[in-house]
Amino acid sequence: MSLLEVRDLRVSFDTDDGTVYAVQGMSFSVEPGQTLGIVGESGSGKSVATQAIMGLTPGATITGEAKLEGVDLLAMSERELEAIRGSQVSLIFQDPLTSLHPLYRVGHQIAEAMRVHSQVTKAQAEDRAIDLLGQVGIPEPARRVRDYPHQFSGGMRQRVMIAMALALEPKLIIADEPTTALDVTVQAQILELLARMQRDYQTAVILITHDLGVVADVADEVVIMYAGRPMERAGVEAAFVEPHHPYTQGLLQSIPSYSGRTGKLRPIKGYPPSLMRQINECPFASRCPYVHDECRVAPPPLKPVGTKPGHLSACVLPADRVGLSAAAPEGAAAGAGAAEQ
Amino acid sequence: MTATELDLEAATSEGDLLLEVEDVTKYFPVRTNALIERSHASVKAVDGVSLALRVGETLGVVGESGCGKSTLARLIAALHPVTSGKIRFKGQEITKLDRRHMRPLRRSIQMVFQDPYGSLNPRRRVGSILSDPFTVHTQMSRAEVREQVRDLMARVGLSSEHYNRFPAEFSGGQRQRIGIARALALRPDLIICDEPVSALDVSIQAQIINLLEDLQDEFMLTYIFIAHDLSVVRHVSDRIAVMYLGKIVETGPVEEIYSRARHPYTASLLSAVPVADRAFKGERKTRVILSGDVPSPQNPPSGCRFHPRCPKAQAICATEEPLLEQKAGDPAGHLTACHFPVEEGEPLAMASREAVVATAPIDGAQEQP
Ligand SMILES: Nc1ncnc2c1ncn2[C@@H]1O[C@H](COP(=O)(O)OP(=O)(O)OP(=O)(O)O)[C@@H](O)[C@H]1O
Ligand SMILES: Nc1ncnc2c1ncn2[C@@H]1O[C@H](COP(=O)(O)OP(=O)(O)OP(=O)(O)O)[C@@H](O)[C@H]1O
Ligand code: SF4
Ligand SMILES: [Mg+2]
Ligand SMILES: [Mg+2]
Repeated sequence: MSLLEVRDLRVSFDTDDGTVYAVQGMSFSVEPGQTLGIVGESGSGKSVATQAIMGLTPGATITGEAKLEGVDLLAMSERELEAIRGSQVSLIFQDPLTSLHPLYRVGHQIAEAMRVHSQVTKAQAEDRAIDLLGQVGIPEPARRVRDYPHQFSGGMRQRVMIAMALALEPKLIIADEPTTALDVTVQAQILELLARMQRDYQTAVILITHDLGVVADVADEVVIMYAGRPMERAGVEAAFVEPHHPYTQGLLQSIPSYSGRTGKLRPIKGYPPSLMRQINECPFASRCPYVHDECRVAPPPLKPVGTKPGHLSACVLPADRVGLSAAAPEGAAAGAGAAEQ
Repeated sequence: MTATELDLEAATSEGDLLLEVEDVTKYFPVRTNALIERSHASVKAVDGVSLALRVGETLGVVGESGCGKSTLARLIAALHPVTSGKIRFKGQEITKLDRRHMRPLRRSIQMVFQDPYGSLNPRRRVGSILSDPFTVHTQMSRAEVREQVRDLMARVGLSSEHYNRFPAEFSGGQRQRIGIARALALRPDLIICDEPVSALDVSIQAQIINLLEDLQDEFMLTYIFIAHDLSVVRHVSDRIAVMYLGKIVETGPVEEIYSRARHPYTASLLSAVPVADRAFKGERKTRVILSGDVPSPQNPPSGCRFHPRCPKAQAICATEEPLLEQKAGDPAGHLTACHFPVEEGEPLAMASREAVVATAPIDGAQEQP
C-alpha cells in the first residue's frame, strides 16, 4: 500500500467574480522513503492541491480521495486532521513570512509545534529547537532562537520552517518551494538533510519546486502540472530525457542554459487558459505547436508513453514520440500562442 | 584608487554614472538580554560595500543566505538608513535626504521584494494596489489608470480576471508578478530585483526576464538583480558582485567570473549548482560542499571572513583581511579579496573534500559524495 494515494482530486474556490477551478483532477501516489517532485506552471494548482488534502484551504470545495495509509484525509474532521498535521505529515510552506507568527520568537514557535504533538518538556523542546536550527545551518542557533522572524533573512526564515517540519520526524513531508530562497550551498545542505531523514526514517517527501535542477537531483518520480491537471508523470530520468508532453518539452526548453548566454530565452508562447471555467479540451491546446482536432474533443487522459514503465502523458500524440529532439523548432508555436489572446 | 573607482573601471559600457555606493555599512543592534545588560553588540549585515553602476547596466548580486544582499538592496532603495558610508544617485547624495526630497527618488528607484506576500496589503484588491503608483505620482484620470493597470498586468502575464482578487487568492508566482508589475509601473531609472523570478516556473521566468531585458533596451533601465539561481544571474547580468558575510569578495564582468572565478567562495558556489539538463548526461559535477561552522555576522571571523571554511586558507588568512583588488593576470574590473586566489584549472574540489574531513562538519556534510 502506498503511503499517500490521491485520486481524482478537484478543488475549486468561489470568488466575487465566479468559481475558480484550481485543481481539475489530479492523481498520484507516494511510497515510503520516496521523493515525488511536483513541477509545472505557476498557478497550476500545486500548492492548492497539497494544501487541500491537509485541510488547509478554507472555503474551498474539494472532491476526490486522498488516502494516507488507507485512511481518507478528505473525510476527516478538522480535529483529526490537526492531529495528523505536524505529527504524521509536515508542511513547509512556500511563503515563510506568512507562516511564522511575527510576534513570537522563532525558538518558541518551533518548541510549541513540538509540544502540541509529543510529550516533551518545555526545556527539552527548546533544546531540540536549537539543535534543529543548527542542523539547517543557522549560525549561533542558541542565540537566534530568541530572535523574531523579521530579524531573519529570507532564507533563514525558510530554514526555520524546515526545522519545524523536521521536528517531529513525520512520515511525509510536503515541501513547497523549500529551497527557493536559499543559496546553492545551503540548498545542498538542506537537501542532504532531507535525504538523510528519508534513509533513516523512511520519510516520504513531496517536493514542489520550479527548480528543475533540484528535481533532477533528488526526485524519484515527477508530476508535471498545467492548469490544474497533471500533464505528465514519469520516473525522473524519463521526464528529463524522454519528455512526451509538449508542455514538458516547452518547459525544459525555457531553462536559461538551453539558450546559451547570448540567445534570448525561449518561454512557451501565449498564456495559460482561464481557470474560471472547467476546461473540456486539452488545457495546453491554445499554446501547443502540435494541436489538432483530436485535442479539442476532451482533455486527453494520461496514457502510457515512451520506453519506461510508469511513464504517462496526457497528450494524444503517438506514444513513442518522446525526447526533446522531437520537439518543435523555435517559433513553431507562434501562431498557436497568439490565438489565445 | 578607492574601491568605487576600481569598480567603475569595470562598469561595462560608457554610459553615465547612475549609482555610486561608497563604503556603506549597516549594523543592526542586538539586544542580548534586554533587561540586565545593555549590550552594544550588533549584526554587521552590510560591512563596507562599494560599487558603481552605469545607466543601462545590470549588476547581479549573489551570495550565501544571510550575507546581506537584501539589506544592501534596502539601503540603496533608501528603505533603511545607512550606519555609515555614502550612496549617490545621479550624482546626488541620497543617504541624508529629508522626506520631501526623497519623494522623486522613491519614483526613480523601485524594488521588487523577495517576499511578495509580505509587501502586498492583504485587504486590498490587486487592481487597486497596482493603481497606487499612478494615483500617487501622476494626474491620470481613473479610466486612464485602469487602462494602465490592465496593460501592466498583461505585460507580466496576469489577466483581467485577476483584477478584483485579493493577494491571498493568488499563487506564489502570481503574487511575485504583481510585485514586478508594481515596480515597473512608473518606468523608474533603477529597479532592484530581490529574487524576482525564483517563485516562477521556468517558462514564466523566461518571459519575465525577456520583459525586463526589453524594457531595459527601450528605456535604458538599470537593474540590480539579486538571485540564488546562478544560471539566471549569468543570463541577465553584465557584471556580478559576490557577497560573503556583509562584504563583496569578488566582482567582475559576468563571463569572467563564471569562467575564471578567483575567490574560493565563488568557485565553491559555482560548483554547487544543480543543472537539470546535464544531470543525465553523465556530467554531474563534483560539488564542493562548504564545511565548518556557518559564521555569524555578529562575530565575523578575523582576517578573511571566509577562512574557517576555505579549502585554501593559511595562517595569514586568519589575521589579515585581504583587500578587494585586481589580481595579477586579471583584466581591469575583475577584483578579488583573497590572499591565495584560485588559479586556472586548480582542483578546488579535492582540496575542499579533505577540508571536510579535517574540520568539524556541519551535520550531514560529511556524507556528501
Ligand atoms: N483562495 C483562493 N481563491 C481563489 N483562487 C485561488 C485561491 N487560492 C489559489 N487560487 C488560484 O488557484 C490557482 C492555483 O494556485 P496554486 O497556489 O496552487 O498555484 P501553484 O501551482 O502553487 O503556483 P506557484 O508555482 O505560482 O506557487 C491559481 O490560479 C490561484 O490564482
Ligand atoms: N531588521 C533586522 N534586525 C536584525 N537583524 C537583521 C535585520 N534584517 C536583517 N538582519 C540580519 O542581517 C543579516 C543579513 O540579512 P539579509 O536579509 O540582508 O540577507 P540576504 O543576503 O538577503 O539573505 P537571503 O538570501 O536569505 O535573503 C542576517 O544575519 C539577518 O539576520
Ligand atoms: S493533446 Fe494536442 S494540444 Fe494537447 S499537448 Fe498534445 S498535441 Fe498539444
Ligand atoms: Mg505554489
Ligand atoms: Mg534576502
